[in-house]
Amino acid sequence: MWHEVDDVVKVVLQMWRDAWLVAGRDLRIELRSRVGLWQVLPFALLTLVLFAFALGPQPATLARSAPGLFWLAVLFSSVLAAQRSMAIEGTRATKDASRLLGLDPAGVFLGKVLALLLEIIALEAVLLLGVVLFFHVHVSSWPDLLASCVLAALGLCAADVLYGSLAGEARTRATLLPLLVLPAVAPVLIAGSKAFSEATSRGAGLGSRWLGILTVFALVYTAMGVILYGPLEES
Amino acid sequence: MAPAISLHSVIALAGRFPVLSGVDLEIETGSICVVLGANGAGKTSLLRLLAGLMSPSSGAATVLGLDLPEQAAQLRRQVGMLGHDVGLWDDLLPEENLRFALRAARLDPQAAPGALSRVHIEGRIARTPLGQLSEGQRRRVGLAWLYARRPHLWLLDEPHAGLDARTRLVVNELAEEAARGGATVVASSHEPELSVPMADMVVTMAGGAVVDVARGGRRREGGAADVA
Repeated sequence: MWHEVDDVVKVVLQMWRDAWLVAGRDLRIELRSRVGLWQVLPFALLTLVLFAFALGPQPATLARSAPGLFWLAVLFSSVLAAQRSMAIEGTRATKDASRLLGLDPAGVFLGKVLALLLEIIALEAVLLLGVVLFFHVHVSSWPDLLASCVLAALGLCAADVLYGSLAGEARTRATLLPLLVLPAVAPVLIAGSKAFSEATSRGAGLGSRWLGILTVFALVYTAMGVILYGPLEES
Repeated sequence: MAPAISLHSVIALAGRFPVLSGVDLEIETGSICVVLGANGAGKTSLLRLLAGLMSPSSGAATVLGLDLPEQAAQLRRQVGMLGHDVGLWDDLLPEENLRFALRAARLDPQAAPGALSRVHIEGRIARTPLGQLSEGQRRRVGLAWLYARRPHLWLLDEPHAGLDARTRLVVNELAEEAARGGATVVASSHEPELSVPMADMVVTMAGGAVVDVARGGRRREGGAADVA
């Protein structure tokens, strides 16, 4: 009995050890290449600005549309960031190298999600600032808004990495990943927008059902990734 | 001593195409085996199978005492492979690549600088991201990555390709050093004049099968192998 518990603890510790290792590597690569800073972030800001142009200059319209626009910008940008994250493992030789290192596939999945999560949270912070300053949004409950941002980002990143693995090689991934991810993350768009609206109107309270939906989505996709990433990479 | 590699009637498919079509092969532990053959003969597929990266669809395959495909995951941790593409991360420095690999393999990351200097990756080159190095320099980093991990089975796919004369000699030195330390080395090659002199055994492949096996042994006495 105790041996079995000991074995499970070892496997879990190993998984998290590999996750930190992979997250550190991915973040180091991102810091050096600055794809997020010079490509993903400008794309996100551009999306926000173009939507604002399309809606017109009325402050009331902008404020009313801000939650949806914010999450659309995050959603599109997260797909772009995920393309880059998966490109790190892109070639067959790189995948083979990872497999020969004996890294736990669940750890690789969690590591990639962690690195992407940090990038998306940083992106959300900049976009949030833009929305508050230029879309005339008044935030009445920062804790609820921040909780929804973190939970939604976790769900998005887990789905992005899982579907990024499913989308396969680089030549197909660029077009296939958005097709797979965007319909799947519709619940995040809806729940994130609703949670944003509540946090900027009357205050949602941490028991909000929208936060609940975001939590369930994040947990389901993280669990699916931990279980399926290895078999997907093997195939 | 049990052979490091034992393949009997092994068939492997890529899609529906048989890339290995009934391979029979035994390679002794601690020996150097050079695999010769034309393009498409199945050399790279054989190396990928031995690394546990490709599963046999029929036949019996045992590598380092582990059965394939059932124990492929355990096998991979003991295998180092240098392919045409080194498969490392372009945005990382050579030393960062090696440190990551060593940490992942639960080895001491302090071994990275020594392994790099063994293949003459030092100074300015060592501080340049891998993606900005020449093909030959990248392959040298790949070789250092292999050397640092000290695997029980070295799989080298065209190890001399794209290297200068000095590094070609280093490839042979490292392979012989690994074999002396008890590791088994399997190298595919298009350049028998470079690879055969270090071999204990030369295998010729054609059409996904082994068509000739020549066993030598003079390498250990310091002369050219009598395997031609």
